[in-house]
Amino acid sequence: MQITEPQVNLEVAKNLGLTEEEFNKIQEIMGRMPNFTELSIYSVMWSEHCSYKNSITLLKTLPTDGDNMLVEAGEENAGLIDIGGGLGCVFKIESHNHPSAIEPYQGAATGVGGIHRDIFTMGARPIAALNSLRFGNLDNKHTQHLVKGVVSGIGDYGNCFGVPVVGGEVYFNDCYNQNILVNAMSVGIVKAGETCSACADGPGNPVFIVGSATGKDGIHGATFASADLTEDSADDLPAVQVGDPFQEKLLLEASLEAIQTGAVVGMQDMGAAGITCSTSEMSAKSKTGMKINLDKVPTRQANMQPFEILLSESQERMLIVGEKGKEHLLEAVFDKWDLECELIGEVTNTGMIEYHSQGKIIAEVNADSLVLGGGAPIYTRETSLPKYFEKIKAFNIDNIVEPTNILESAKNLFASPNIVSKRWVYEQYDSMVRTNSLSTNQPSDAALVRVKGTNKALAVTTDCNSAYVYSDPYKGAMIAVAEAARNITCSGGVPAAITNCLNFGNPYNPEVYYQFTNAIKGMGEACRKFNTPVTGGNVSFYNQTVLPEGTEPVYPTPTIGMLGILDDYKNQMTLDFKAEGDLIFMLGNAKNDISSSEYLRIEHDIHHSPTPHFELEEEFELQKSIQTLILKKLVASVHDISEGGLFVTLMESGMVGNLGFNINTDPAFRKDAYLFGEAQSRVVVSIKSENEVAFLQFLEEQNIAKTKLGKVFGSKVTIDDKEFGEMNEWKNVYDNTLKNKLEE
Amino acid sequence: MGVRGFNMKFGVVVFPGSNCDDDMIHVLGTVMQQEVVKLWHKETELSGFGKGDCIVLPGGFSYGDYLRAGAIARFSPIMKSVIEFANNGGYVLGVCNGFQVACEAGLLPGVLLRNSNQKFICKNVHLKTLTNNAAITSNINLEQPLLVPIAHAEGRYLADDDTLKSLEENDQILFKYCDKNGNASDEANPNGSTNNIAGICNANRNVFGMMPHPERASEKVLGNDDGRIMFESLIGLMVDA
Repeated sequence: MQITEPQVNLEVAKNLGLTEEEFNKIQEIMGRMPNFTELSIYSVMWSEHCSYKNSITLLKTLPTDGDNMLVEAGEENAGLIDIGGGLGCVFKIESHNHPSAIEPYQGAATGVGGIHRDIFTMGARPIAALNSLRFGNLDNKHTQHLVKGVVSGIGDYGNCFGVPVVGGEVYFNDCYNQNILVNAMSVGIVKAGETCSACADGPGNPVFIVGSATGKDGIHGATFASADLTEDSADDLPAVQVGDPFQEKLLLEASLEAIQTGAVVGMQDMGAAGITCSTSEMSAKSKTGMKINLDKVPTRQANMQPFEILLSESQERMLIVGEKGKEHLLEAVFDKWDLECELIGEVTNTGMIEYHSQGKIIAEVNADSLVLGGGAPIYTRETSLPKYFEKIKAFNIDNIVEPTNILESAKNLFASPNIVSKRWVYEQYDSMVRTNSLSTNQPSDAALVRVKGTNKALAVTTDCNSAYVYSDPYKGAMIAVAEAARNITCSGGVPAAITNCLNFGNPYNPEVYYQFTNAIKGMGEACRKFNTPVTGGNVSFYNQTVLPEGTEPVYPTPTIGMLGILDDYKNQMTLDFKAEGDLIFMLGNAKNDISSSEYLRIEHDIHHSPTPHFELEEEFELQKSIQTLILKKLVASVHDISEGGLFVTLMESGMVGNLGFNINTDPAFRKDAYLFGEAQSRVVVSIKSENEVAFLQFLEEQNIAKTKLGKVFGSKVTIDDKEFGEMNEWKNVYDNTLKNKLEE
Repeated sequence: MGVRGFNMKFGVVVFPGSNCDDDMIHVLGTVMQQEVVKLWHKETELSGFGKGDCIVLPGGFSYGDYLRAGAIARFSPIMKSVIEFANNGGYVLGVCNGFQVACEAGLLPGVLLRNSNQKFICKNVHLKTLTNNAAITSNINLEQPLLVPIAHAEGRYLADDDTLKSLEENDQILFKYCDKNGNASDEANPNGSTNNIAGICNANRNVFGMMPHPERASEKVLGNDDGRIMFESLIGLMVDA
């Protein structure tokens, strides 16, 4: 069968997602007209997804340096943090939004597979997974279909792969109706000195492709991820990859064993843009080149064209540069695990990547010209103040009528899909395999993961309230970092570093670029304050829905994945009330603030208001004090106040052990603001009464505001002497609302 | 707490796709201080193991659970030796996927089907122990339900009436799913298993299979060590409180 490649011209380039300017630049670099395969290579490598062309300038303003950084952002597939004891932690979060919106099961599954590969390609064993999910209105049948598909996709992949999902978040908002967000995070551990680099050193060294055979799935996936989702996007289904977690498990074990043989020079997983991306990035990193024979690549289908082999995003594959003379060591490992290990080429010193097929060179490109930091284009886009800011400015709390029946409001708020337990979701994930999950039976604000063979534990969390970021991208992104840090602090950990997943609309929309620019600014500032460098992550633009009347971007959603460290896991702090009679305090300042709260959306249907109160310095001081309170063992439980306000925080602390509470609000504040407001930098703690004196004295010294709310009492909820019912009844709503909605 | 007792040698089989092998080795070796080795599924020799030793078929997704859970693993080279070992009276313990493999291999009666809710379920469940007449249950208080996690998509135990009858008559049902008060009710049955069956043994009482994961509940640091007593019973440890 003879297939002739299309003639290359500007129109073809534009169809591949390139601009005229970029098309000209390619011809300039090559000194000639590219052929179709070469043009395809540039189109994927210069796509937003691979090149970060519209974000890299701003990303470089983020702090990437820290005392405990072993590998900085962008140097390898993921960041590497020194956790002491000769161990490093590799962690990263990544999006798989567009594939999941089209094919939720495979889209989410391959998102999980991709992020784990980023971790073990560096030689680290993944020990924990998290995810951050955003869906549209849960009452929509389409949303329910997406939720079920995404959850079983994440579950089936991760459960088989054998890495527990230890934490995450699920939010519902109309802005994600068509464009859901699926962000997956993996956390791995590696011994110092046993890491593997994504390099292609040593001309003459052999290049292997290992793992699954290459098929036609996911061709042009990176380009697909770099365009608006439209009604026609479903026609792009072949751009979605298919995952095989069993192959991934074998690939994990074989890759780690291969590194142990000493025969691996460099290794990189194949994600976006497949062989093209891994060969060019590894060569560019080492300033070498490669000669690749595409005829040697094991394929799933007959008659695959060379450009299809180059661009395929088939999953569960790795590119390995081996050490010449030690090929047999690599081959033995992959043979043991019954995986393909094919010699497909060698490293050269030319700086060029040559792809051969049937005795001919079918494409020849300069490696450096393709990659970020090399020849890939870099842009800064225009910004303009979003028009909806006017509506936010117009908000005035005094125009919001206080509810006459606070119990009724509490019930409505409590049943919101954003508030209720995500049990229906997380029970489909194996959360306990590897037997390191310290917070399964002992819940805390962040997930705690023991590091076997040490006394240490990792504290990990994903956080972003995108409604806050929508209201004020600068402050909202700061809050996302602060809340992540607060969750780690409240669990007994010390924040160490972050990875981010920046989900935004179309960067060519000046309002979206305004959101992006300011979110980066706020994130950077908060990260500097908490001394949590950004180790890496990813940017996902074009998250928006194309409607007849125009495009509607999703809320700007810069998800923070934060890593914290407990030097001794015995310092774990939990969020549940422990015993009747314990005193309940709120640390931080109460505010007359209901801005951007779930309460305001649920009870008043108001979607435009400022971010809730937040001051970075105040937050930082509070967290420092909480860290000391935990070490001094003065607190019995610690739980931060977030969505749903003080009321929901108290309920969550009480429901675990079916312990009620009796508290009083402060008449100086609106009752709805006091109970449901989401002013930041507040934490609920319970303490043994015998510790009260020492506890108060410490807070006095630290100048931390506190309010004695009441005590843990009985099995009922009592507020201002009014009975709010049995904890069990509330728990029933909390545990079953999602199930009832999804299985009705 | 001091432990003294018999030293037992354990071999944990690693199938392609096993993912609870390391957890089992951690509990048997580091926590219970027993000799434990990994056995690659392509091996065929079990000559280092005597009658008082134990081969463990761990949890996971052997061969991806493609076709049917455990259906391919039973053809792994090592299984012939494991069956022989069991027939000679050696202990074999199958947990989760290992239980599925043991059933598929004919070491235990019955099959494990897809959960009645068609979903993967990971959560703590209560178990009622029905007999002390098995090495793995000998020290368990029958009146005290144990809290042990499950994590599976195919755990619905099914057997024909004759098999169920003989399981009961021979006291081969070791564990049933129950509520916190020990009632084996429908509500407490997470996966639709026949008669709430969670774990069984063979007629010779040397092969044990269960869906719950005791190795995930054997350390105080994890907030639950209810499963530890199964290993203590099996090893024959006398525990000084």
